[in-house]
Amino acid sequence: MDKRNLTCIGCPMGCQLTVTLEDGKVMEVTGNTCKRGETYAIDEVTNPTRIVTSTVKVSGGNEAMVSVKTGSVIPKNKIFECASALKGVEVKAPVKIGDVIVPNVCDTGVDIIATKNVIAIG
Amino acid sequence: MKEYELVIIGGGPAGLAAAVAAFDAGIKDILILERDHSLGGILNQCIHNGFGLHTFKEELTGPEYAARFTDQVLERGIEYKLNTMVMDISPEKMVCAMNSEDGMFMIPAKAVILAMGCRERSRGALNIPGYRPAGIFSAGTAQRLVNMEGQMPGKRVVILGSGDIGLIMARRMTLEGAKVLVVAELMPYSGGLKRNIVQCLDDFDIPLKLSHTVTDIEGRERVEAVTIAKVGADRRPIPGTEIRYECDTLLLSCGLIPENELSQNIGVELSPVTSGPIVNDGLETNIPGVFACGNVLHVHDLVDYVSEEAAAAGRNAASFIQNGESTESDKIELCPEGGVRYTVPVYLRPGKMNDTVTVRFRVGEVFKNSSIVTYFDDDEVMRRKKQIMAPGEMEQVILKKSDILAKPGMKKITIRVEEG
Repeated sequence: MDKRNLTCIGCPMGCQLTVTLEDGKVMEVTGNTCKRGETYAIDEVTNPTRIVTSTVKVSGGNEAMVSVKTGSVIPKNKIFECASALKGVEVKAPVKIGDVIVPNVCDTGVDIIATKNVIAIG
Repeated sequence: MKEYELVIIGGGPAGLAAAVAAFDAGIKDILILERDHSLGGILNQCIHNGFGLHTFKEELTGPEYAARFTDQVLERGIEYKLNTMVMDISPEKMVCAMNSEDGMFMIPAKAVILAMGCRERSRGALNIPGYRPAGIFSAGTAQRLVNMEGQMPGKRVVILGSGDIGLIMARRMTLEGAKVLVVAELMPYSGGLKRNIVQCLDDFDIPLKLSHTVTDIEGRERVEAVTIAKVGADRRPIPGTEIRYECDTLLLSCGLIPENELSQNIGVELSPVTSGPIVNDGLETNIPGVFACGNVLHVHDLVDYVSEEAAAAGRNAASFIQNGESTESDKIELCPEGGVRYTVPVYLRPGKMNDTVTVRFRVGEVFKNSSIVTYFDDDEVMRRKKQIMAPGEMEQVILKKSDILAKPGMKKITIRVEEG
């Protein structure tokens, strides 16, 4: 039996979770105060994922950079690969929240989308 | 210049939510004054996600959260001026501002909402010894440089302070290719949210050294090394525990201070604990018709609470404009005790207060398996168990007007942390 302690990040409560594993299978989650805590704990020990946020350059707009995020979660071990895929990416204004900036980033099936409106100027 | 019924100082999350709520309460004649080139305030540089869980039931990034409120302001046609600095506000609510288009101008207002936010504690305020080379930034300045200007402040980074912005910047700079060597925290606990410690430090194996502080900065032109040392219970460095890190950058994330120079000019009384205005249940300061909300009032942990508080300030300002000054003379004082550092508001007007009033506060240390207990004079009226409370997270108690009116002649309400 293997026990892992986690801090739940589902909400600002930050519940201290204990996951009991046997042969890589989750046997029990304790310490959570809601269902999301249990789901988080199981995901975190079997398939950890993250939303990645970053910025890319934008030309011809009222801002120098436009903020972006992965449209949904990607595997935790792809964070760095995803960040480097955004290096050198440049888009043209106007940009609207939700615009796809990089489709299917690092073959995750997840798009990088804009999180800021940038108005074209000049 | 034209008179406005309501002038809002600051177009960040607090100012925007206050404007929308005041408009919806019937005040159409509103002007927002913002010193930056766009609305949204600091949210514009907070590109990480995690905003809006309470307000929108989904996780948004800072710019997305700001856009939701900016859109509401634009839909209502609420007026605003960008790149505009407010210089002074008189007790008669004459607002003096300037920008490069209008020059200096005066705006008479019936009510004013203070929503200027806060600023970061600087190196000067921290008394860090050593040279004064380039490469020392507040975490928020570094955040603006990276996320809005596209500039990297350095390559090898030490961070002092484990406030949320410092933690977020540890991850951000790591993703942009910098090496973050360590985060040193003076206190024996982190001031940041749990999720940020997990997702910004643990995910990237960045060590967090609690009870540590910076004792030396080397380098004449540029930072060359930073030395940290363990501190004792007296928070003074313990000789012999020094660790030296070769680095080119030191980020400071050592707390936020409400920015109240303008408030002081009006004659607004400030709390020595929060550095923010002392307000009543309507979030009104000691100057009638001058309200405060958001981080200028007290530093918040979540922007959702800023929006909620600011909306209340907006509604109350609208009611002041529509109904005139409160004539209520009865006051009930809120007394923070036993681990509760302060409360906002500081006093209640039993006759004037809304049906419910949210009292927000922070605790002074980490409490486990404790309760938040509320007393009306000496009678215990509420007890809520909390598994954990930490200074980094705000707590709240909701008071009902009906409960308070049921106890006429009450002098004080005490909120304290008790064991068990």
